[in-house]
Amino acid sequence: MVVVEGSYAVAHSVKMCKPNVISAYPITPQTHIVEDLSQFVADGEMSCEYMNVESEFSAISALIGASAAGARTYSSTTSQGLALMHEALFNASGMRLPVVMTVVNRALSAPINIWNDQQDSISQRDTGWIQLYAEDVQESADMTPQLYKIAEDEEVLLPAMSCMDGFILSHVYEPVILLEQSLTDEFLPPFSPEFVLDPENPMSFGAFADPSTYTEFRYKQEKAMEAALLKIEEVANEFNEVYGRYYGGLIDSYLLDDAEIVIMAMGSVIGTIKDTIDMLRKEGESIGLLKIRSFRPFPVEAIRTALKNAKVVITLDKNISIGKNEGALCTEVKACLYNTNLRVPVIGFMLGHGGRDIPISTIVKIINKAKLVEKGIFVESEFADLREELI
Amino acid sequence: MSLLAPGHRGCAGCCDALAGKFVLDAVGKDCIVVSPTGCLEVFTTPYPESAWGVPWIHSLFENAAAVASGVEAAYKALGKKNKTKIIVIGGDGATLDIGLQAISGAFERGHDLTYICVDNEAYMNTGVQRSGATPLFASTTTSPAGKVSFGNPQHKKNMPAIIAAHGSPYVATASISYAPDLIKKVKKATETKGPTYVHVHAPCCTGWKFEGSKTIEVGRLAVETAMWPLYEMENGEVTGVRKLKKRKPVEEYLKVQGRYKHLFTAEGGTEEIKKIQAIADWNVKHFGLE
Repeated sequence: MVVVEGSYAVAHSVKMCKPNVISAYPITPQTHIVEDLSQFVADGEMSCEYMNVESEFSAISALIGASAAGARTYSSTTSQGLALMHEALFNASGMRLPVVMTVVNRALSAPINIWNDQQDSISQRDTGWIQLYAEDVQESADMTPQLYKIAEDEEVLLPAMSCMDGFILSHVYEPVILLEQSLTDEFLPPFSPEFVLDPENPMSFGAFADPSTYTEFRYKQEKAMEAALLKIEEVANEFNEVYGRYYGGLIDSYLLDDAEIVIMAMGSVIGTIKDTIDMLRKEGESIGLLKIRSFRPFPVEAIRTALKNAKVVITLDKNISIGKNEGALCTEVKACLYNTNLRVPVIGFMLGHGGRDIPISTIVKIINKAKLVEKGIFVESEFADLREELI
Repeated sequence: MSLLAPGHRGCAGCCDALAGKFVLDAVGKDCIVVSPTGCLEVFTTPYPESAWGVPWIHSLFENAAAVASGVEAAYKALGKKNKTKIIVIGGDGATLDIGLQAISGAFERGHDLTYICVDNEAYMNTGVQRSGATPLFASTTTSPAGKVSFGNPQHKKNMPAIIAAHGSPYVATASISYAPDLIKKVKKATETKGPTYVHVHAPCCTGWKFEGSKTIEVGRLAVETAMWPLYEMENGEVTGVRKLKKRKPVEEYLKVQGRYKHLFTAEGGTEEIKKIQAIADWNVKHFGLE
C-alpha cells in the first residue's frame, strides 16, 4: 500500500489497462490525471499515442475514430469539458464504441465554479454511456479495468464513464493498493473488436438511418445496457477473485437489512453517510445505506429488492433538475418504485452543489427531517444546505 | 468498377459524387475515408446500403478532422500505419465553418492525413444556405437576393491560405472539371508525409441552379474566368499554377447560374459584377495566372 493522490492512482490504473490511444484536453480538476499519464508516456512507461487535442470535443471525437480503428481508448474530463462533448457522447454510444473515460465530477457554469458536484455526468444520463460512481480513491482506481472489461464485452459494446468526485477524490492523498500489471493482464483481456476500419475488409461506420431502421438501433442500445446490468455484477466478482477487493456491483449496502430509514447516494458522500450511520446506530437509530454504484444502467430490480423493508427512503443528490426541484437519483428511485406494491415514502435532498461541504451534521439534519414523515409532515424534495441569509 | 459504387442517391450531375469517385481513383483501396455530415455522407450510406468500397466512417458534422486524427493515431499505435492513407472528404460547411477548429488542431498536431474539401459553396444538403465558402453576391436561401440585397454580402473565406499558415507541406486547389489535375494533386497530397490539403471546387447544379448536364462546363468556366485559380503550395510557397491562355470575363461564369441571375436583372447589377471581376483580377495578379 502506498499513499498517493487520487488522480495518480487512477492514472496508474489506466496505464495498467494499456490503452492504445489517449486523447484529452486539460480542465480542472481533471488535470492531474492527464499530467500523470503524459509523464508515463514521456518516461517510456506507456506505449500509446497520447493526443494533445484542442478541445474536449476533439478529444472524444479522436477516440471515436481510434476506437473504430480497433484501439483501446481513454480520456478524462469534467464539467464544461463533458458538456462540450455532449453531442459526441451520443455518437460514441450509437456507434457502439467502448471508449472509457474518467469523469472527475465538477459543477457547471454559470456561475463558474471549479468544485465538486455531479451535475456534469448526471446531465449526460441519456447519452447511452454506462456510468459508475466511485466512493473512494481505491474504488476509482479499480473501476478503470472493470469498465474496460464491461464496455468491451461483445454483448455490451457501450462506452463507459468512471465518475469520481472532483478534488474530494481526485486531489486527496489516501493509502491505496496500486494495480499490478500481471494481475491486470490476467483480469482484462486485450481489446479485439469484431468490426474495425480495415482496408482488407472495408465496412461503413456511421451510416444514415431513416425512420424505417432508426428505432431498432436505439432498441439494441437499450438491450446492450440490459446486458451491462449482468456484466457489471459479473466483472465486480471477477475483479474480487483476482484482486480481493469488492465495492458492490450495481449497488452496495451498509447495515441495510434491518434499517427502517434507508439513505441512498452516489460517490464520495458514501463515506460520510457510513460514519453518520455508525454514530446514530450507537444511539439506537435504525438507519442503513444503499449505495448506487451504477447509475446507467439503472439497477431497478436491485433497488426494489433492497428497499423492500424500508419505512422511509432518503435520496441525496449533488445535482438538480431545475424546474422539478429534484435531483436525478430521487426522480429515478421514485419512478422505479411506482409500479410495485412498495408504498415507501421517498424524500429527496439536494446538497453539495458547487463543492459545498457535506458534514455529518448535514446528514443528521436530513435524517431528522425524514423522521417527521412518521408524524405526517412530508417534505417531497428540498435543498438540504441552503444559506438562508444569501437568498 | 469505381471504389465509390454507382447506385447511390446523388442528384443527376452531382459534383460530390464525381469528387468522391476521382479521389478514390487517385488513392486506391488502401485507405480509410472519414466523412463529416453532408450530402456525400447522406447519399452514399442509406442504411443498410453503402456505396463505399473502402473503409469509411462518419461521426458528426464538425469533427471529421479529429476523427481522422484518432484513426491515424490508432493505426500508428497498433503498428498498422504503413501505406494505408487516412483521407477526409468533407464539404465546405464542415470545413470552412463548423469543423474549422478540429481541422486546425489536426494540422497543428501534424497527423499523416489528407483533408479534401469538396466545395460547392453553400449548405446544399439542408437546402442551399450560405456558408463561409459562399462567394460574393451569390443568392442562397439564407443570403437571398431581394429588393435591397444583391445576395451574399461577404467574400469567400480563403481556406487554403489558412491551412498553409498551419505549416502544411502540401496545399492545392483543384476542380472536378479537371479530373486528371485533381487526381494528380490528390495523389501528391497523400504521398506527402504530414497533414495535406486539397480544396476541390465543385459546382452543384441543384444549389447553383443550372442543368445537371452542365456541371463540368460550369466548373471549367470558374477556372477560365479566374474565379477559381488552380495552384499548389508547398511549405507555404506557391509552387505551381495553371496558367490561363485566354481569360474570359466573369459574366460568362455568372450568367449560366441561377444564383447570380439578379446581377443581370436588377438595377445596379452591372456595378456589382465589376466587384466580382475585381476578385478574378486579384487572383490573376496574385497567382500569376496569365
